[in-house]
Amino acid sequence: MAGLFLQDIHKHFGSVVAVQNVDLRIPHGRFVCFLGPSGCGKTTLLRLIAGLERPTRGRILLEEADITDQPAHQRNFGMVFQSLALFPHLSVGDNIAYSLRIRKADASARQRRVDELLELVRLPGYAARHISQLSGGQRQRVAIARALAIEPRLFLLDEPLSALDAKLREDMQLEMRMLQQRLGVTTILVTHDQREAMTMSDLIVVMGTDNQVHQMGTPLEIYRNPADTFVADFIGTSNLLKGICSGSRQVTISGKTLRIEALPENVKAGSEITLSVRPEDISVVAGVREGESHLPGRVAFVRDVGSSVEIYLDCSGFQIISQSTPKSRPAVRQGDTATAVLPPSACVVLTA
Amino acid sequence: MIEDKPKGLRVHLPILYPAVMLVVFFVIPFGIMLAVSFFQREPGGFYTTDFSIDNYANLFTMLFGRVLVFSIFISALCAAICVAVGFPFTYFITRMRRKAQVVWLVILVSVLSLSAVIVAFAWSLLLSQTAGISNLFVWLGLMEKPVSWSPGIWALTAGMCYIAFPYTVLVLYPPLSRLDPHLPEAAQTLGASPVTTFFTVVLGSLRSAIVATLIMVFAFTLGTYLIPQILGRPQHWTLSVLITDEAVYHSNLPLAAAMAVFFMVVSLGLVGLTTLIGKSRGPTTQ
Repeated sequence: MAGLFLQDIHKHFGSVVAVQNVDLRIPHGRFVCFLGPSGCGKTTLLRLIAGLERPTRGRILLEEADITDQPAHQRNFGMVFQSLALFPHLSVGDNIAYSLRIRKADASARQRRVDELLELVRLPGYAARHISQLSGGQRQRVAIARALAIEPRLFLLDEPLSALDAKLREDMQLEMRMLQQRLGVTTILVTHDQREAMTMSDLIVVMGTDNQVHQMGTPLEIYRNPADTFVADFIGTSNLLKGICSGSRQVTISGKTLRIEALPENVKAGSEITLSVRPEDISVVAGVREGESHLPGRVAFVRDVGSSVEIYLDCSGFQIISQSTPKSRPAVRQGDTATAVLPPSACVVLTA
Repeated sequence: MIEDKPKGLRVHLPILYPAVMLVVFFVIPFGIMLAVSFFQREPGGFYTTDFSIDNYANLFTMLFGRVLVFSIFISALCAAICVAVGFPFTYFITRMRRKAQVVWLVILVSVLSLSAVIVAFAWSLLLSQTAGISNLFVWLGLMEKPVSWSPGIWALTAGMCYIAFPYTVLVLYPPLSRLDPHLPEAAQTLGASPVTTFFTVVLGSLRSAIVATLIMVFAFTLGTYLIPQILGRPQHWTLSVLITDEAVYHSNLPLAAAMAVFFMVVSLGLVGLTTLIGKSRGPTTQ
């Protein structure tokens, strides 16, 4: 099977555990995001793949060859660092041509490749410029061009967009995604921004503060079916309600029965569960309605930001957030009694 | 954002103190020396006010020329050795843990507390025939019999480098510790071996710091007059020794002043040239 394999990877720095129990397969040609909060080990994992760190335990395989002990400079990977790490003493052209010069490519071939790459990242004619003469977004593009100069086997990006302002960041996300699709190079991006991960990737690897991988899947899979409460909470917002499984197709939350569609295999009647429901799946109706999958409460706050309306509903002992569009806005105000309706298909039962 | 230029005396007060110090301790003494270099020596006495270029004309002797060239050569050699050894040394220090860095820097700074006299005599003892390290080599079987390496040109070089080395490291330390650790890593992901990385990226991105350090060590070692007399033979005496000789032992202050001014002009010229070379080799394309 083609691709990158990480087998049972552990990395310790002294007594500090940076990464543990990582088993991953990254398919060839895909765009993969390592997503997690700061300190979850995602950057360490990327540096292990790049060869800038050696794993304490485990093997790294690329296209069936073991590269665990191969030094970074023999791996032919392209990497974009968070600080970009452009060489300040070289021009834009010399920065991009650095890897070609190391490989002793002749001058005309270097020149051709530099022009080609500058065209690719939409900075034609910038070869003679000095790095200090470029804006943040332009430096970004130069760093990308430099990493792509040798047609890398893997393209690694360590939060390269975090220094850019919000608008430019969104533009660069689209641009990089389209560039990767055009080149078909296997790409791994490290980010803590779930919107960025959802925008760009084919697959997301969610890492938690316990320095382990919690879930790997397509963006929508992870959003729709989070593996545990950490993922449900970290990816988007989620209503996490503690309760008890009371039957094969139902759970009980503070005495109210909710209908669900499916249970995880290891959950039986009587076991404690957490129910995860996305705010946009919950609708709110005015007044108290009794019935299955209905949770009555009082409106604590209405956050109307124009593009969407969020209603905070205080039920007995817990809070529910519902999100709707301005068009489908329920006719409730702060202090009114209202009822949240939780459709069975939107309720995901989690054990942890 | 550039604000308006400061106006009025009050705004300039903070720089008044350093300005006064600079004038009193540097500009005025230098002015006196410059003036004296044009005065006439009075045999048996001191000097008389005059304006003659005789002192400068008297400089153009074989001896002066030879000593000038030797002084510049030995200082340039020391600068090259100090930076060649000091740069990798400092690079490894900056890559150590914080605690280890402090220990190394404290050791280096403590070397500065030794006076040039102690350093010079220590080296002359270390390189002597009777008690020097050649005895150690004989004991190890590396040499036939102990030899004397001091006084001599290598003893002189060793002594001068020893004095200048701590300054070299202290001047190189700030730019090296500010070097983005991702720069060498980026070079490695681009295919450069650790050795290539060091030469193309670490040295390259710190070129201006290296040129500045070379100039600093060069200018610093030009001024040593004690070490050459202890560790060098008379043919290894530098211009500083010659100037001291003229001024103190021959009481010929005008000639000594003329020597000093000429020496300074030549050194400044060399420093300027080095800076120019360091700058002109800026970023190139392809």
